[in-house]
Amino acid sequence: MAQYKMHLLVCGGTGCRASQSEEVVANLNTEIKKQGLENDAQVVTTGCFGFCEKGPIVKIIPDNTFYTQVTPEDCAEIISEHVLKGRRVHRLLYEDPETLKHIEDSKHMGFYQKQIRIALRNCGFIDPENIDEYIARDGYAALGKVLTEMTPAEAVDLLKKSGLRGRGGGGFPTGLKWEIAASNKSDEKYVVCNADEGDPGAFMDRSILEGDSHSVIEAMAICGYCIGASNGLVYIRAEYPLAIKRLQIAIEQAKEYGLLGDNILGTGFSFNIELKYGAGAFVCGEETALIHSMEGLRGEPTVKPPFPAEKGYLGKPTNVNNVETFANIPVIYLMGAEWFASIGTEKSKGTKVFALAGKINNVGLIEVPMGITLREVIFEIGGGIKDGKKFKAVQTGGPSGGCLTEKHLDTPIDFDNLVAAGSMMGSGGMIVMDEDDCMVSIAKFYLEFTVEESCGKCAPCRIGNKRLHELLEKICDGKGTEDDLEHLKNLSNVIKDTSLCGLGQTSPNPVLSTLEHFSDEYLAHVRERICTAGKCKALKLYTIIADKCTGCTACTRACPVAAITGEKRQPHVIDVDKCIRCGACYDKCKFSAIYVQ
Amino acid sequence: MNKIKSLDDLRKMKQSLEHGMTIRENSNSPESLVQIRVAMATCGIAAGARTVMNTLIEKLEKEKIPAVVTQGGCMGYCYAEPTIEVKVPGKDPVVFGKVDSAVAEEIVVKYIKNGELIDGIIPVNYQSINEQK
Amino acid sequence: MGNIKVKIDNVEVEVKRGSTIYQAAKQIGIDIPVLCYMNLNHMQIENRPGGCRICVVEVEGRKNLAPSCSTDCFDGMVVKTKSIRVLNARKTVLELILSDHPPKCLVCSSSGKCDLQELAQRFGIREVHMVENAEVSTYRKDASPALNRDMDKCIMCRRCETVCNDVQTVGALSAVNRGFMSVVAPAFEQDLVDSPCTFCGQCVAVCPTGALTPYDDTPMIIRALADPSKTVIVQTAPAVRAALGEEFGLNPGTLVTGKMVAALRSLGFDKVFDTDFAADLTIMEEGAELLDRITRYVNGDKEVKLPILTSCCPAWVNFFEVYFPDMLDVPSTARSPQQMFGSIAKTYYADLIGVKREDLVVVSIMPCLAKKFECQRDEFKVDGNPDVDYSISTRELASLIKAANINFDKLEDEEFDLPMGESTGAGVIFGVTGGVIEAAVRTAYEVFTGNKLNRINFEELRGLAGIRTATIYFGETPIHIGIAHQLGNARKLLNGIREGRYNFHAIEIMACPGGCIGGAGQPLHHGDSSVIKARYEAIYKEDTGKTIRKSHENPYIIKLYEDFLGKPLSEKSHHLLHTHYFDKHKI
Repeated sequence: MAQYKMHLLVCGGTGCRASQSEEVVANLNTEIKKQGLENDAQVVTTGCFGFCEKGPIVKIIPDNTFYTQVTPEDCAEIISEHVLKGRRVHRLLYEDPETLKHIEDSKHMGFYQKQIRIALRNCGFIDPENIDEYIARDGYAALGKVLTEMTPAEAVDLLKKSGLRGRGGGGFPTGLKWEIAASNKSDEKYVVCNADEGDPGAFMDRSILEGDSHSVIEAMAICGYCIGASNGLVYIRAEYPLAIKRLQIAIEQAKEYGLLGDNILGTGFSFNIELKYGAGAFVCGEETALIHSMEGLRGEPTVKPPFPAEKGYLGKPTNVNNVETFANIPVIYLMGAEWFASIGTEKSKGTKVFALAGKINNVGLIEVPMGITLREVIFEIGGGIKDGKKFKAVQTGGPSGGCLTEKHLDTPIDFDNLVAAGSMMGSGGMIVMDEDDCMVSIAKFYLEFTVEESCGKCAPCRIGNKRLHELLEKICDGKGTEDDLEHLKNLSNVIKDTSLCGLGQTSPNPVLSTLEHFSDEYLAHVRERICTAGKCKALKLYTIIADKCTGCTACTRACPVAAITGEKRQPHVIDVDKCIRCGACYDKCKFSAIYVQ
Repeated sequence: MNKIKSLDDLRKMKQSLEHGMTIRENSNSPESLVQIRVAMATCGIAAGARTVMNTLIEKLEKEKIPAVVTQGGCMGYCYAEPTIEVKVPGKDPVVFGKVDSAVAEEIVVKYIKNGELIDGIIPVNYQSINEQK
Repeated sequence: MGNIKVKIDNVEVEVKRGSTIYQAAKQIGIDIPVLCYMNLNHMQIENRPGGCRICVVEVEGRKNLAPSCSTDCFDGMVVKTKSIRVLNARKTVLELILSDHPPKCLVCSSSGKCDLQELAQRFGIREVHMVENAEVSTYRKDASPALNRDMDKCIMCRRCETVCNDVQTVGALSAVNRGFMSVVAPAFEQDLVDSPCTFCGQCVAVCPTGALTPYDDTPMIIRALADPSKTVIVQTAPAVRAALGEEFGLNPGTLVTGKMVAALRSLGFDKVFDTDFAADLTIMEEGAELLDRITRYVNGDKEVKLPILTSCCPAWVNFFEVYFPDMLDVPSTARSPQQMFGSIAKTYYADLIGVKREDLVVVSIMPCLAKKFECQRDEFKVDGNPDVDYSISTRELASLIKAANINFDKLEDEEFDLPMGESTGAGVIFGVTGGVIEAAVRTAYEVFTGNKLNRINFEELRGLAGIRTATIYFGETPIHIGIAHQLGNARKLLNGIREGRYNFHAIEIMACPGGCIGGAGQPLHHGDSSVIKARYEAIYKEDTGKTIRKSHENPYIIKLYEDFLGKPLSEKSHHLLHTHYFDKHKI
């Protein structure tokens, strides 16, 4: 590999590509040539840096300058000023939202300071389409070590000792899962990588595959060796074209190097990987549904047991792990179980990748040690709430999770604590809400998603979620009663208790957790018919303040349903029954005479 | 492309590849490494800063000293260009003036490697590499 | 394997490893309510749907409730089947199902036989606690000549899908759409007639609600009976008499031949005939064809197609037209008894009584829904006038009898009319699996060898196993015979032949479990295999009770050949009693 004095790392993740990062790469290269710096500076397209809020990102190595929102037009200046003359282009530096100071070195950004990147260790660091860069960072060394120095049983044992738990949502101990799959005898077994990322707003799996496919490939091969499988399958949603492309390139490169295929590293172990495409159904993240989908059947779950480890793809023992879980594995073998187990909490080891979204300053992808508090994540890494608003709640675990509040801010985040608090880890979605969010509407929003994504197999999920949604709609429409709240609760509990798979068993969580933590808001909706956040249109009450009304008739003319009456130059009145709460009168009134409740 | 036939092959390959990535690896934890900043404004470039920088990088690698060599803007010592700032872990940063290739090699061997003081230090009363902290 | 101990509602029970909670509870008399589950053990199919969640129970140490139909027992398991938590969950889930089901029970053809209705009664549902005007899922209705689909009433139990795919391997039905709008339908939600559906109707037989129902032909029959210008004659299939009584509270297996004839006459049919007569005729034609092929084969004719397949079952005919179009020359060309009857009735018999074809209405009472489809096939029409005008099921006949306030139980036995009411024991056993081939053997043996049969019962051809094989010696010549019932078994047998694993001379196939006695038009047996067994025995009882038990000895058949047809496989026979098949494979 040639040596350059400067590396310009440009994010090539889906988010940054959407804002022209490919053009940025092209322009940077042109400018480098123009300045004759071809031997000094190298432009590298990497995976995601996580700081998606301000993409495209260009990071300059070795001084760690972190440029945000770089446009193709900025490239000439970056090269002529920074690369040639060593002067940072200040206007492109990240500005701390609190101090409003430009931060020159990414090491000093709050966003990165508390992160520990294990699963994302290569994302935003290496060129994912270049296997050499992966190998230079000890890539495939873990596979080599496992194949030459360990028996499958020893390798499984090490993973068990590390305490790694599945990152796809369930948190099942990965080593144990491998052990079960290994113990089932069969002529054929399968290793499946679940890349059917379905939580709205979550993109950790996509980012890992886009930024570091090789770590997943390597881990799958290790898994194959441990459980006795020679075939691997990646079930990936077809909506991830870039991840698919990078994965395909990585598989090809690994094959060319003999790191996939027959007799890997001369050890006699053979392993191949094939891609299977999904149509993006949320339920296909459930492992039995995923397997059915791969078999060409309807993507719906079946009752477990039998678990896939016993009877999975084509009836053969199958081990299914999520992308992020796999991405953790090679490092564990290189650094040791003790090292991994030293990070995190007692029962949740290592780190977790979260997708920060919602009313938060630093939207993006982060990887933090288990045990970090929500406060640290939201206020330090996430940079606090947007526009200085007040924090209200955070939804973890995607649509299946629950809303956590102020009182949970100092709870250390791990699998068990989140469940205890009425939410879950899920695949790592984290959506922050502020004072302007109506929690009933939030619950309704999540239900909309689960209603849409239910496979329809079991009655409670198929019909129950629909009915929950209807009840929430009724409440938001100002027609709810206190009885409805009781039904809501009973229905939610029954759906959780009786549904076939994880989707239905968790879908009422947003309802139950908001009912618990924001019961006042629900009661206000059904008793006083008030939406405290002012989000529910039907609960807005428009009245005219007689003292302020000049009788100009502007509102009368603006009202599309003729709900406003009154004599000229006399105070007008709004007929509440006719009013459709469109707000047209409010916008038209020049005298602030219209009051909205 | 040749197949990698054994773990040894893989290790050899890694060794041949890793120096291309050193700069990135080192920038990950600069505070624990030797950091050198070369003033690379117009005056510095005119005085040969680019050559100095190349020499520094080559010499450091030869001596197997992990280091981060970055470019900086003008430090204000135009009379003494090329200037470089050197920060060895655990020590205060030091600025050297009128550095040419020979001086650069001397800095690497004597100051950085052996911890000896050498001529050419410009007295400064501020910290620049650590200024952000 | 070995046994394990579980405790259900504080009662210890020892069960076989691999038993479900539902089965274990059944063992100690606890009847856990089920809705989507079907007991298919007698078909060697393990049905573990777990979809409706009505059968949930509490298992100690488990976070959520467990579906008892699909959860294995483990040693030391402690189960509660009637805790408040369980009862509330079941009731709420049932309310949910009811909230997406039309509340029009009063005018539903399945009212009184509906499993959903029964559960609502059992759980004491008096109110559905959902928002007013809750959305219900509605779908396009689909009517075919044999069965109707009204999927608004579908509760997604997917029993039909299991039967269509796992038992029959037809694959016409599967779940489509997602979430609230998911429903069982043919691929692309096309109409059944455009799908590979064979109209075997087994889906109708297992549907717990009124979503899948037979096409109702009774109004047309009532109209025909009331029309003085029409002569309306009826034929009754052999399996009907062994099951009709069940609709009137009689035990399964009660033979009601005489009462059935009396009831039909009382309904106003001008003549009451027997499909068994046509079955004897079928044997004459199909038997002759079999003998012809075997004789040519024995004499070294390489062109001859063997084995010969029976062609009495209309669902089976539909099945091989769709799935084995490469083997269309293998089945016998003989029409089914229903169609032979219609063809002879509208020619020979119409002439005999001097009635014009268009004034003669032929009705058939069948245990079958596919017969409705069969009598509509263009091959069986003359200038648009069908040989058999209407085919109704055993259940439809029962409802006609009930509507006409006939006290079935009190009816005196009556005899069939002549000439087409005379039949032999061979015609009767067409109603069970193995019966057609046994009837054929009884005749073919005597014709082939020229000797009288010493024994008439061919026990080796009988039984309820899904696939059976036997070798019968026609003198020195061994005749290898294969028998299958249910289309899934038929597929296995045919694949075996295609791949050369089997070497048969003759094969009999019936689409439904146990043959026609388990047909989709019969009173619903709810997966209870003992009902099938009882009907099976009733058929052989009727056979044994007949004085004539070989088709070629039926005097009216002999007369039919003498007066009208000439001899089996004559030109007239070919024209009236044989058919041809079409390649209907889809995609």
